[in-house]
Amino acid sequence: MTRFMEEAAIESMAEKVGDIMRNAFVFNIDGVGVKGKDGQTIMDAADQAGIYIPRLCDVEGLEPQGSCRVCTVKVNGRPAAACTQPAAEGIEVENETLEIFNWRRDLIRMLFHEGNHLCPICEASGRCELQAMAYRLGIFQPAKYPYLQPVRPIDASHPDIMLDTNRCIRCGRCIRASKDIDGKNVFGYVGRGMHKRVGVNGKNLAQTNVHLDDRAIALETCPVGCIIRKGLGFFTPIGQREFDRAPIGSTIEKAVLKRGKK
Amino acid sequence: MGKDTVSVVRQACKKFDHEGSRILDILREVQKRLACVSGETMDLLAAELSTHRIEIEGLVSFYSFFSENRKGKIIIRLCDDIIDRFAGIERVAKVFSEELGIGIGETSSDWNFSLEFTPCIGMSDQAPAALINETVVTKLTPESAGVIARSLKKNLDTSALVKKKGDGNNADRLVNAMVENNIRKKGEVLLGDNVRAEAGLRKALKKKPEEVIQEVLDSGLRGRGGAGFSTGLKWSLARKAKDARRFVICNADEGEPGTFKDRVLLTERADLIFEGMTIAAYAIGGTSGIVYLRAEYEYLLPYLERVLARRRKAGLLGKNIGGEKGFAFDIRIQLGGGAYICGEESALISSCEGLRGEPKTRPPFPVERGFLGHPTIVNNVETFCCAARILDGGPRWFAAMGTAKSSGTKLLSVSGDCAKPGIYEVPFGIRVADVLDMAGADDPTIVQVGGASGEMLNRGSFYRKICFEDLSTGGSFMTFNSSRNMLKIVDYFLEFFIHESCGYCTPCRVGNVFLRERIQKIMEGYAVKADLDYLKDLSRTIMMTSRCGLGNTSPRPVLSSIDQFPVVYASLLGEGGEGLEAGFSIQKALEESRRIAKRSSMIYDPVYGGSSD
Ligand SMILES: Cc1cc2nc3c(=O)[nH]c(=O)nc-3n(C[C@H](O)[C@H](O)[C@H](O)COP(=O)(O)O)c2cc1C
Ligand code: SF4
Ligand code: SF4
Ligand code: FES
Repeated sequence: MTRFMEEAAIESMAEKVGDIMRNAFVFNIDGVGVKGKDGQTIMDAADQAGIYIPRLCDVEGLEPQGSCRVCTVKVNGRPAAACTQPAAEGIEVENETLEIFNWRRDLIRMLFHEGNHLCPICEASGRCELQAMAYRLGIFQPAKYPYLQPVRPIDASHPDIMLDTNRCIRCGRCIRASKDIDGKNVFGYVGRGMHKRVGVNGKNLAQTNVHLDDRAIALETCPVGCIIRKGLGFFTPIGQREFDRAPIGSTIEKAVLKRGKK
Repeated sequence: MGKDTVSVVRQACKKFDHEGSRILDILREVQKRLACVSGETMDLLAAELSTHRIEIEGLVSFYSFFSENRKGKIIIRLCDDIIDRFAGIERVAKVFSEELGIGIGETSSDWNFSLEFTPCIGMSDQAPAALINETVVTKLTPESAGVIARSLKKNLDTSALVKKKGDGNNADRLVNAMVENNIRKKGEVLLGDNVRAEAGLRKALKKKPEEVIQEVLDSGLRGRGGAGFSTGLKWSLARKAKDARRFVICNADEGEPGTFKDRVLLTERADLIFEGMTIAAYAIGGTSGIVYLRAEYEYLLPYLERVLARRRKAGLLGKNIGGEKGFAFDIRIQLGGGAYICGEESALISSCEGLRGEPKTRPPFPVERGFLGHPTIVNNVETFCCAARILDGGPRWFAAMGTAKSSGTKLLSVSGDCAKPGIYEVPFGIRVADVLDMAGADDPTIVQVGGASGEMLNRGSFYRKICFEDLSTGGSFMTFNSSRNMLKIVDYFLEFFIHESCGYCTPCRVGNVFLRERIQKIMEGYAVKADLDYLKDLSRTIMMTSRCGLGNTSPRPVLSSIDQFPVVYASLLGEGGEGLEAGFSIQKALEESRRIAKRSSMIYDPVYGGSSD
């Protein structure tokens, strides 16, 4: 307990020094004052303040790419992606308005309708960020748009890993993890427009230098259920999976409640 | 094959010094010589250029002019623009298809021919048109298509296709094209006979760079590529950015359907473009320049290279330009790969860097960190020409033309149902009706200003003015008569955007597909009123959440057509018959079952007779 408090004290001191050195400023998210520093995105600053901005392609530890657009907010009245938009002194950010809520719902629906998402039989159900986001945004049955029902081949060439891009939302997390963390190029984008998809560096996955320890294929990298470990399916019983226990985003919201900042 | 492939790959890489940012040029070379970039070739290229196969595959699958599958020696790309469609490209396609024995998208078994559709090739004033390898053929008819196909079959020679050369520099030995300029109206700034060679550059070099920028600012010049950003402001921002290297890029991607004015400037005013770029370089402290030339205009490349060579010889490029000590600047031409999105300035920079033509995250903006991370200005072809003329004629002369917020003249590319399609240089502020009169449009019913992402107008809106305050346009002006189906036009634009979306962000990649689905539902006559709200709603989400200008504007034809032609929509909307859910078509639903069951429905298809198979 005392160690924890010491650590917290050091952390807050370091934060203060950092504030002075890195040019701290204040801006508003939905009218609430939030601290930001030079070099931070709106998303970074919001996370620190315990304000959750929905996201799919952005994830801790990877460079943001701004492609899913689920994090769209309004900055001084103009839409921008919170994960790539720099925080700046005095800006007015809108995050939880009905208008933005509806855009996000539409985007989540688009991702569902674009691929093949049969949640009841999907291995990732319950720990899938797309599914969890739908629940958080109050979508229980995506039926607004037509289903595109693509037919995408499954790559089962590798002895330990299977790649089923029928659920791929093109978030690029596997690509960035492979490049930036593993220092490899196992995955990459190919195609354009509707035909843009994730490809592998070779004829198939077995031809690549992918390794079971790669971050690119770690459980938390793919937000849906495209990258599957063979022989390891359904390892957590339904009902006990991550988002069965608490809605997506609650860790960010809770972390700050714990620290007692709000 | 193996040995040949290896040597072709090695030679291509060597030709461009194994330079990673020149990979598009390398791929073009390989594609031309091997008729494809196969998986095996990708492996070789990756090894030779110290990159990864997936990176090469990413490029080959992004740009339309590269292909993993083998193509014919001669690729016939039929322009599938809406203007060409109305002008009869389908009938022309049928003839090619029959003569060559292949369908659209197919390659002949002797590997001699491939037949494809391609989006607007910048020849809408001489439609229907096609690209046969690099050669442009225009004003096609079923008869001329037959002649062309048979002659190609006989000798596989594209150089024999140009029987009669076009006007002006189209007839130059190095251009050798049947393309016509169709300059219908010359203005004072760009196409008149008063354009004095290098006068702007000479005057600029006598001034300080800041003074040059000030003149451009004072002239009120705004970008001619469509967005209308202040050119002087862009230049001053780039000048202020701290860096030893700065780049000047000319956007000659001209991909907006119905636009072809940059093609005419490239043909007739090449020196003026390069002069403008050189002035810009002097003003911002630019060290190198790039002209990003769309792949469809490759036929202009040898000519443009010759103009550049002549300028180097004359001391207008290279070191100590125009005798100005220490001012060094040169220009290279980068060919595109067949992707409309590469006209968007940050995607264009990605493409120049040898990457997939995807827009970059902004900020930082190109003026701060552009090409290879250095401050970069990207301007349209016409903008550079205007800048050169402003330095000669003075800002006041320029600002005296046009309107308060849109100074100078503008080139319009007029196409469609009119007697005189072509290029019109007009002062900003001209009314749509006046353009229609000049062009001899006798039954104008629908006018599309600004290309696919522009605005659709009904007759009641022809009083509107072309300028940044009202109808802004990069130059595309398409007119359609009363025989044209308005929804076919909207449908075509959406098809275009779906084809050309880079696919980076969700709303543009997916949303446009849903827009088109609903427009088709309306065309088929089983949509209901609620579908209009659906379209408006979806349009808004796409426009507000997309990552770049393509998605920010792609729903505009939907919105403006609903606004301008409500009666057309209303006449197509039904109540939902047969006591079924509104918007549900039993026939459409049955089609699927019929296909699966391979027989007709007993209840709904009495006349089918119920025979199996
Ligand atoms: C999808 C898209 C396509 C574009 N295509 C072109 C083009 O072909 N030519 C062009 O000059 N500008 C084009 N633009 C505009 C450029 O992004 C940029 O604004 C322009 O090149 C700047 O030059 P300007 O200020 O001289 O107009 C396009 C923009 C978008 C969003
Ligand atoms: S495979 Fe998974 S991690 Fe990779 S892009 Fe698709 S959804 Fe994202
Ligand atoms: S809006 Fe998005 S998908 Fe469309 S072209 Fe721009 S970045 Fe690509
Ligand atoms: S999280 Fe910002 S665009 Fe995906």
